[in-house]
Amino acid sequence: MALLCAIGFLNLFVVALGGETRNAEATTAKQNKIEIKDFAFNPQTLTVKSGEKVTWINRDEEPHTVVSVEKQFKKSSALDTDQEFTITAGAPGTYTYFCSVHPKMTGTIVVVKS
Amino acid sequence: MSEYISHDHEHDGIDRRGFLQCMAWAGTGLLWTVSGGVLASKTLAEIAKAGAVLPATDLSFLQISDSHIGFSKEANKDVTETFRIALDRINAMPTPPSFLIHTGDITQLSKPEEFDTFDQVLKSCRTKDVFFVPGEHDVLNDGGKLYRERYLKNVEGKGSGWYSFNKNGVHFIGLVNVLDLQAGGLGQLGDEQLEWLESDVKGLGSSTPIVVFAHIPLWAVYPQWGWGTSDSERALGYLKRFGSVTVLNGHIHQVLQKVEGNVTFHTAMSTAFPQPAPGTAPSPGPLKVPADKLRSLLGLTSVEYKQGKTALAVVDSNLS
Repeated sequence: MALLCAIGFLNLFVVALGGETRNAEATTAKQNKIEIKDFAFNPQTLTVKSGEKVTWINRDEEPHTVVSVEKQFKKSSALDTDQEFTITAGAPGTYTYFCSVHPKMTGTIVVVKS
Repeated sequence: MSEYISHDHEHDGIDRRGFLQCMAWAGTGLLWTVSGGVLASKTLAEIAKAGAVLPATDLSFLQISDSHIGFSKEANKDVTETFRIALDRINAMPTPPSFLIHTGDITQLSKPEEFDTFDQVLKSCRTKDVFFVPGEHDVLNDGGKLYRERYLKNVEGKGSGWYSFNKNGVHFIGLVNVLDLQAGGLGQLGDEQLEWLESDVKGLGSSTPIVVFAHIPLWAVYPQWGWGTSDSERALGYLKRFGSVTVLNGHIHQVLQKVEGNVTFHTAMSTAFPQPAPGTAPSPGPLKVPADKLRSLLGLTSVEYKQGKTALAVVDSNLS
């Protein structure tokens, strides 16, 4: 059962085009951002409300992926530098994930009731 | 075993057991070899038991690694060019190597066009025979399908692409340890591949030199950075009885060597960019060095097998 729904990732090019909109959003809506830097997910644990979006952005020069350990959401493809991946948080629960390229990298998303 | 005389019936200081023990030693003989400054002995009986006499020819081959075609960041903005320079070095060798081994990370992002560029540049190499194992960068999105289609043409690839072959009496084993990795873990070979490995070496005499190559090191270089393979101990267990095992890896973009019993572990430089020494940086990401220093940290590895020597000679050279 897919508890979280993947809505794909944007590449650098698209992000650059949409930069203005995204900046505007940043000031109004809550941003559930997870930065991938120095081979780590930051924050390593993020609590979000059901239905909110969660976005990972890769700030490393190395490609990384976001893969649910229990296959609870669709995995990202390999994210190159500055590429993003976004999912929508599903049912409340704890979701662990890792980078399938560098499996030492792990993280957790805690989804609570909205 | 006790060494005192227990039954001295003839009062000559020799009992039957002691005499037989002594003759057993006389019948074996010892062969001493010096390799890499390490003195190793082997009884002639062991060598005879091992059977199969190796063809009396020497062999030299070359390891290249981590070309990362498609990478264009600050650490090296032209990895295609440095790969080309590495091939030029091979072409300039007075005696060309018999074949090349590429220990993975051919590309940066597993893109078809990156593989295309690699293949195109590789054509300039005088040595045409190349054996591959994948790096994690070569199998990013398709579980290694594209990689296998392109790089297993001259071998009988099993499972996710592992295989073995023989050259001049040396047994070569190419292993895949970059697929189906588990959360929190390291590189991994997996049960199916390990079972295959056990049966692959079963029929070989113990004196057969073994060369194992895989992308991620098959020894715990620095597990904190994922530089190791979780089930490599089991693989090495199957190779314990062999007198000479050489393990060649890439992945960490620097030369490190360790000798453990009959096993020599060796990692090669990249042709693309260096990585920091274990634990010397916040992460194992590409190491940025001054442009005039870069080529001294890139390179290739030459391996020579001399008939009658136990260990293979592994020599690294940089591109500067």
